[in-house]
Amino acid sequence: MIAHAIFFYTFSIIAVVSAIMVTASKNTVHSVFFLILDFISISCLFIMIGAEFLGMIMLIVYVGAVAVLFLFVVMMLNVAQQKNQWFASKDSSKHIPVGLIISTLIFFEIIIVIGGWKYKPEIFDINNSIVQTSISNTHSLGQILYTDYIHVFQISGMILLVAMVGAIVLTFRQRSGVKRQSYIKQISRERAEGVEVLEVQSNKGVKIDD
Amino acid sequence: MEYLNIVFQEVYKILFLLVPVLVSVAMIVWLDRRVWAFVQKRQGPNVVGPFGLLQSLADALKYIFKEIIIPSSSNKVIFILAPIVTMTLALIAWAVIPFSATQVLADINVGILYLFAVSSLGVYGIIMGGWASNSKYPFLGAIRSAAQMVSYEVSIGVIIINVLLCVGSLNLNDIVIAQQNLWFVIPLFPMFVIFFISALAETNRPPFDLPEAEAELVAGYQTEYSGMMYAMFWLGEYANILLMCAMGAILFLGGWLSPIEIYPFTLVPGAIWLILKILLLFFLFALVKAIVPRYRYDQLMRLGWKVFLPLSLIWVVLTASYLFYFNLLPTN
Repeated sequence: MIAHAIFFYTFSIIAVVSAIMVTASKNTVHSVFFLILDFISISCLFIMIGAEFLGMIMLIVYVGAVAVLFLFVVMMLNVAQQKNQWFASKDSSKHIPVGLIISTLIFFEIIIVIGGWKYKPEIFDINNSIVQTSISNTHSLGQILYTDYIHVFQISGMILLVAMVGAIVLTFRQRSGVKRQSYIKQISRERAEGVEVLEVQSNKGVKIDD
Repeated sequence: MEYLNIVFQEVYKILFLLVPVLVSVAMIVWLDRRVWAFVQKRQGPNVVGPFGLLQSLADALKYIFKEIIIPSSSNKVIFILAPIVTMTLALIAWAVIPFSATQVLADINVGILYLFAVSSLGVYGIIMGGWASNSKYPFLGAIRSAAQMVSYEVSIGVIIINVLLCVGSLNLNDIVIAQQNLWFVIPLFPMFVIFFISALAETNRPPFDLPEAEAELVAGYQTEYSGMMYAMFWLGEYANILLMCAMGAILFLGGWLSPIEIYPFTLVPGAIWLILKILLLFFLFALVKAIVPRYRYDQLMRLGWKVFLPLSLIWVVLTASYLFYFNLLPTN
């Protein structure tokens, strides 16, 4: 049990410290790296409580895909410079109330959730669906997700799809005059279209473009 | 005291796995260069040791004694961390590879997800190295590889789903045992081809070696690296290639199973069969490097998103409907 405690505290300390460093570090790319460290330590905590499927999915989805794209954008945009300019300008104090309102909202949400969990545990209804302990948690997750919660699952999938289509529609712009390679056109080209045999007269030459 | 004993036992096991992996990485570099040379009617490295077998060791020795240069404008911590991350990620994935029914370091329930997760983390070594170098070519290489590896991961993930539909378990040993009667390479042959090509892209091998395209980017993300740090990138890259070959062997070629389940073949230990299958796949990797020209960047993206992803998704639907219709879905 001691080894378990040591690992738990190590991972949770890393998670908390790196979460603080995400907001505290000056360099934006560094904060993304701290975010990644945070994700990794949280997935280690998931694995420690026996939720290995969730832990691995966390690694694959958040660290392997989301954070890479995040890092990609942060590197490309050179946010660090813009942030410094923003902090130097006088407008920055205008945004402080907005930040304060959002953070108080989140704070009270957390208070409500933790308070409810502590004093009225029955509203969370965790034991509603029967969890079998004899099968691996991948199986039990699938059994619950695809039976009791199938509609919620499908709806969340649809929402994600709509969000993706929406993002593509918003950023899509038709550009004219762009040369594109069409494989079908290239392959289906006949000899007759490409080659023409001409009688070339002496001292006159041939006009190719007409 | 008992605790220490367990720790020592585990360390012994890990060393017993890691040392052969590192040695075979060195050998595989030699093999790669030899195959490449023979395709082009050259000799390749044949001077150091018998058949030039010790060439990689000589190279490694050279790298160790070279000076490590850290650019003054680089981000030093991340610059040093990048090759370490690449190397570590390439090696920790070997923990779940089963060499026989019992010879596996960590026989975890979600083995294939672990492999997939670790291989998808591999992109970080490259991005970190490219960004921390604070120089144009490495940065361009890093951005290319980030986009490339994320795109091809998607199709690898969908291909893994295909195999999992036939197995019904995420455990690597279960995946191997499910192929006792029929290797998945036969019913899922198109998926095997797509997996092989995606694996080439995932490990930045030619024809998809755009992150280090020497004609355009000098050496891509490795441009500013020298000495042992460069060697670590190089070892990590080859360990990753070997890992991808192992993954292909386990998913499609029956892992440690012998090709024919009759008397003289079953005597051979499973590890040997797995190594032979990995070598076969690596031979194909080396051949591809020698005979195929490099892709253009837009062609690479098109292949990943417009060809492989739809194809593998369609194949998921096909596999699932076939298994469902003929009542072959694995139940446990």
